[in-house]
Parts: sequence; C-alpha cells; structure tokens
Amino acid sequence: MAASGARLHLVTPVWNRSTRGIRGLSRAVGPEGSQKKGRSLLQFLADRFYDVQALREYLLRKQVLTVHQKNRPFTYIQERFGPHVAGVYFILKQGGAVKFQGKEWIRSNARGHFPLDFVTFQAVPVEAVDASGCAINYQGLDSLLALKELQSLWLQRCPHVDDWCLSRLHPLANSLQELSLAGCPRISERGLACLHHLQNLRRLDISDLPAVSNPGLTQILVEEMLPSCEVLGADWAQGLKSGPEEQSRDTASPIPA
Amino acid sequence: AHDGKTVGRLGEGNQNGKLSEIKKKIQSVLPGGAWNPLYNTSHLPPEHSDVVIVGGGVIGLSVAYWLKRLEKRRGAIRVLVVERDHTYSRASTVLSVGGIRQQFSVPENIQLSLFSIEFLRNINEYLAVVDDPPLDIQFNPAGYLLLASEKGAAVMESNVKVQRQEGAKVCLMSPEQLRNKFPWINTEGVALASYGMEHEGWFDPWCLLQGLRRKVQSMGVLFCHGEVTRFVSSSSHAVTTSGEEVTLKRIHEVHVKRDHSLEYQPVECAIVINAAGAWSGQIAELAGVGKGPPGTLQGTRLPVELRKRYVYFWHCPQGPGLETPFVIDASGAYFRREGLGNNYLGGCSPTEEEEPDPGNLEVDHDFFQNKVWPPLAQRVPAFETLKVRNAWAGYYDYNTFDQNGVVGPHPLVVNMYFATGFSGHGLQQAPAVGRAVAEMVLDGHFQTINLSPFLFNRFYLGVKVQEHNII
Repeated sequence: MAASGARLHLVTPVWNRSTRGIRGLSRAVGPEGSQKKGRSLLQFLADRFYDVQALREYLLRKQVLTVHQKNRPFTYIQERFGPHVAGVYFILKQGGAVKFQGKEWIRSNARGHFPLDFVTFQAVPVEAVDASGCAINYQGLDSLLALKELQSLWLQRCPHVDDWCLSRLHPLANSLQELSLAGCPRISERGLACLHHLQNLRRLDISDLPAVSNPGLTQILVEEMLPSCEVLGADWAQGLKSGPEEQSRDTASPIPA
Repeated sequence: AHDGKTVGRLGEGNQNGKLSEIKKKIQSVLPGGAWNPLYNTSHLPPEHSDVVIVGGGVIGLSVAYWLKRLEKRRGAIRVLVVERDHTYSRASTVLSVGGIRQQFSVPENIQLSLFSIEFLRNINEYLAVVDDPPLDIQFNPAGYLLLASEKGAAVMESNVKVQRQEGAKVCLMSPEQLRNKFPWINTEGVALASYGMEHEGWFDPWCLLQGLRRKVQSMGVLFCHGEVTRFVSSSSHAVTTSGEEVTLKRIHEVHVKRDHSLEYQPVECAIVINAAGAWSGQIAELAGVGKGPPGTLQGTRLPVELRKRYVYFWHCPQGPGLETPFVIDASGAYFRREGLGNNYLGGCSPTEEEEPDPGNLEVDHDFFQNKVWPPLAQRVPAFETLKVRNAWAGYYDYNTFDQNGVVGPHPLVVNMYFATGFSGHGLQQAPAVGRAVAEMVLDGHFQTINLSPFLFNRFYLGVKVQEHNII
C-alpha cells in the first residue's frame, strides 16, 4: 500500500503532503487548509459512530508502531557480531550512511540493499555517521550509541529526533567533534542546552530549526556554552524584528555631527 | 384533611390555615403550577458512578486515566472526577516549579520517577487524541545538581549507589570537577555533588494537566465542578483472628455540593479515591478516618496537612548560562534557569519553626531576603546582583509523618483509596502513582511497582519511610 517505499512521517504536514490512501486518515497534527474537507467528514463520523472512532484510533496507533518497528534493536546481530556491527547495520537499514576509518562511505542503494562486508571490520572504529532524513528516534539511539569512537554525526532533517534524544548524546563526549542538527523539526533550545557535555565538539550546525523560539539569542547562548566550538546557525540579526524599515530610516536621516 | 376537621372548633384559624396550605399544594401540582418533579439536573453530577475521584489535579486525573486504560472492557468503569476549583487557582499542580528527578534515597521513589519520565517522554503516545495537536510539555533535560557538605557526603554516596542500582543515570563530582564544569559555582563548603545526566529536568505542569484532562474526557470520564461535603457510609463488625472486634466502614454515597448554592447531589459509588492534595486530611476526616481513641487503628488520622511554600522569580544579567541544571544547595535553597533571558526560579523550604501560616497564598518577601538569597548568593556569586521580578506561593500536601506519599486503601474504611501526601514531589510521580492506584483498584494488589511501604498501615505501625532529600 505504501507507494514507492515512501517513509511514514508522523509530524509536520510539511514532510507529508499526501492524504490519499488510508494512512492519511488520522494524524495527531492540527488540521491544515486543503486537508480540512476530508478530515471534517471523518471527524463528523467519528463523533457519531464508535466504530469509526475506534478505527481512527487504531490507525493512529499503527503509525506510532511503525516508527517503533523501524527503531527496534537487532538483538540477533548484536549477539552474533557485537554492538558495534549492530549499530552500523541499524544505520544502514534506516537508509543512512557509515564511514569507517580509512575506508569509503557505505550507503544503501535505492532498493535498500547495502554491502555486508563491514561485518569483518569489527576492530575498525566508525568515524562518521550520516543519518540525515532517517526515522531514528530515542529508542533507535540505543544502537547508535554503541559506536563509541564516532567523530561526526549528521542528523539533518530527522523528523523524530527531539530534545530527549539530544540529552542522550553525552556518552559520545570524548570523541564527537562534529554534529549537525539542521532542519530537525522537533529540536528546541531546551535540547540544545544539554549539548554542553560534548566538550570536544568543534563544529555544530543548528541552522533552520523551526521549533527554536529565538534563533539569534539561542546561537549566542550556545556559543557561550561551547567556547571552543564553531556554531553554524541563524545569523544573529535574524532575531531582530524591525529589520528593513529601521535600516532605511537610518540611511535617510543624516546623523547630527 | 380528616384530622384537621376533627381537631376541634376552637382551632378554626388553624384549620383554615391548614386547608389553604393543602389547597396551595394541590394547585402547584396541577399543570401550570410551581412544583416540577422532573426538573433539569444536567448541571449536577450523575446519580451513580463506580469510582468517585475527589480532586482533579494531576494525581486525580492520572488515576482516572489509568483506570480507563487498564479496564478490561471498553466502558466497563464509570469514573467521576470532582474538582472544587475549576480555575486551579490554588492547586499544587499548576503552582509547582515542575522539576522531575530520580535522586531520591527510597528505591520506590526512584522507580516511580523513572516510570514517570518514560511517560512524559512518550506523552504523545499515551495521551494521543485523534484530531488534536500533539502536546509539547517543554521539557528541559538539564538534570539536577545536588550539593553536599562534609556531613552529607556519605549519605549522598550511598544514595547515588541506590539510584544507580535502580537505573538512574547519576554521576558523582568532586569540587574540582564542579569548578571545571560550572565555573559560576563557588565550591566553598561543598564536599561532593551528584549530577543527573539524563531523565531529569523540568517541564510545564499545566500542559501535562491539560493533556490528561483532554485525554481523560475523550475516554469518557465525567467531570463535576463541586465540593464533597459528606460521605454516607455503613458499618459492619468483624472479628480478627486474635479475637479483636473491628468496625469496617463502607462508603455508599458521596454528597457533591455545587459552588455558591445549597444544591447537592448524592452520588452512589463503589470506590472513592482521595486525591485532594493539600486538603486530603479534611476529606479523610469526613469519611471517618481517625475517629476513634488515639493509639488505635481507628484513631489514626491521615497526617496530611497544608503547608505553604514560596517560589521567587528573579532576573540576574550575569547569571549562569544555558547549561545550568536544577541546583539544590546543601542548605536547602534551590534554583533553576527559566527561559533564555537570564531569568531564574528558586526558593527554599522553611524549617519547622518558620512555617508560614497556610491560611492564604500571600507571599512573604522578607523570607527571600533573609533565607533564600544569602545561601544562593554564597553559592553563586553572580546572584549577589539580582532583581526579584515576581513571586507566588503554593501548597504542599505535606505528610507530617515521613514526607512521602500515601497510596492504597484504608484498612478500615474499605473502599477509600489514598493517593496523596507527596510533600512536594507529587507532580513528578503522578503518572506512576496513577497506575499503581488503578492496579490496586482493579486487581487488588500492586503489579508493576510495589508500593506496599506507602500504605496507610505504616502510620499505625509507626514504620517511617524517610526520604533524605526533599526540597
């Protein structure tokens, strides 16, 4: 039923525009414009019939369970090959990419298949993980945190990475040097506050975080919190509301000598 | 009418009075009259309810949620939540500072808090309502930092050991490590510190309350805005194995009175849950708990009292930054960051002698000047220049016996269950306590977390479950 292997996203309508098909029927998000007509009929029915209500609740739970299923731990691989390999397998299965030290990037192709020769790399540390766009959540970080010598972690545009996940990153404090959180819809300044554990961090990308209330101020505070880290984020002037009008007024009136 | 006529001719005036009364009554019964036996009672609570929960704060709503969630068949249990104060203006839930920690010394407290944080983390799975937006409880995972002086260092070490055993992520820090990590702390007098790395922080209690309320309403729980004024119960006598006679009471009806009116509704119920927070002692007295000779089980009162606590909100421009955890000093003073603008919330628990009068919620600003500011300014030198912007007061449902919660049924009033007395850490244990009470009601025993040390019996037996850290 899921056309073209598209991933299911629970949250913001920005990431999931289609309401066609039975999966679009119930979502725990506030209604948006064009979807209102279809939703109000269902809401009408759900208010009046227990069956429709139960069906909608079931579909909602199903969506949640799908995300859980994606983040399940691979216990067999963990027991057989160790947590290191299980972590790498988890990332690759989610659709991410892994780079071992001294080797090339390993990525899954369009069909979801990837080479399995990394099982022999048990002693080789993993340098970088690119989990951009993956449906990794708090549960899935279990597998990721097994990679103790990780130096770069990219979590761009991950729809389920939130403040709770950031509070879990402290075991990687010794090795992590680069972290990118750009475009994650659930991260706010409250989660960024617990990045102070990562004292070896040299590059942090916190641009385009829609849930951060005050991007300019947050960037300043994060820079103060991590003095030896280069923070890429919103330009500090973005937080100022009266932008263009005040500037033009200043240039128009001459400054008294 | 017959009697009126035969009483005698002397009482002619009386006779006429009685006749006219009877005439008036007959006239009112006929259509168009004033008497209407089938009047509208939709503003009153229902006449029957399986469970009546006295108190609609976070604990009461949590019990309602878990009762509906753990019931065997959909719609099996009818639950009524009675809340006196529909604006929650004096409820402890919304006036709370909103912190959650696992740094306790009693293992059950740690387990309760661990489950509650898991509940909060997955709140949008537990409290999801179709078509409603997801909840954002604004959780700050900043952790708690407890500071101990020389005297308390050994206790802190043993506490941390217990916490680690239960699964909390806590680490111990020496004064030097503290100075490296948080340069704004003055470590003079600090021998040891324990820092929670995960699962600790603070959140917005109002959001949790609204989320619970919304979900619980969608599950079919009835709400009533009213006050419980009376319990109608029946007694039965039983003889224990040792030959003593005990009087068991069973509550049959709860009289719920509406605000600003004399109207009340007797709600027939099977189980009553006392989640009235700071006023639980009064509700328990109404039910007959503690009415007996002192020293016996019948004479053991519920030792939960109102205690007033102040919270102050100040601004300090050079204060600690984004990484500030919830700091609790060895002296008992605490503070935490609030927002991004160098604002902080904090307070201190007064000693027994300095307890303020809980009659009203007026704030005593001298308390801040004399008791809160000096220890905080000594610990964080930047706080020497601060400006108090706001302050409020709230109630603790203070358990004078051992400052820990009372959960479970009363041994004599057999269908009254308690979920109160948490003395300042009720909010952070609410989801887990709700589940424990629901398990007790539905299954008769605790299933997931064993809270038998928190039963009412301990007040009679004198067994204290003493906690070594409370704010």
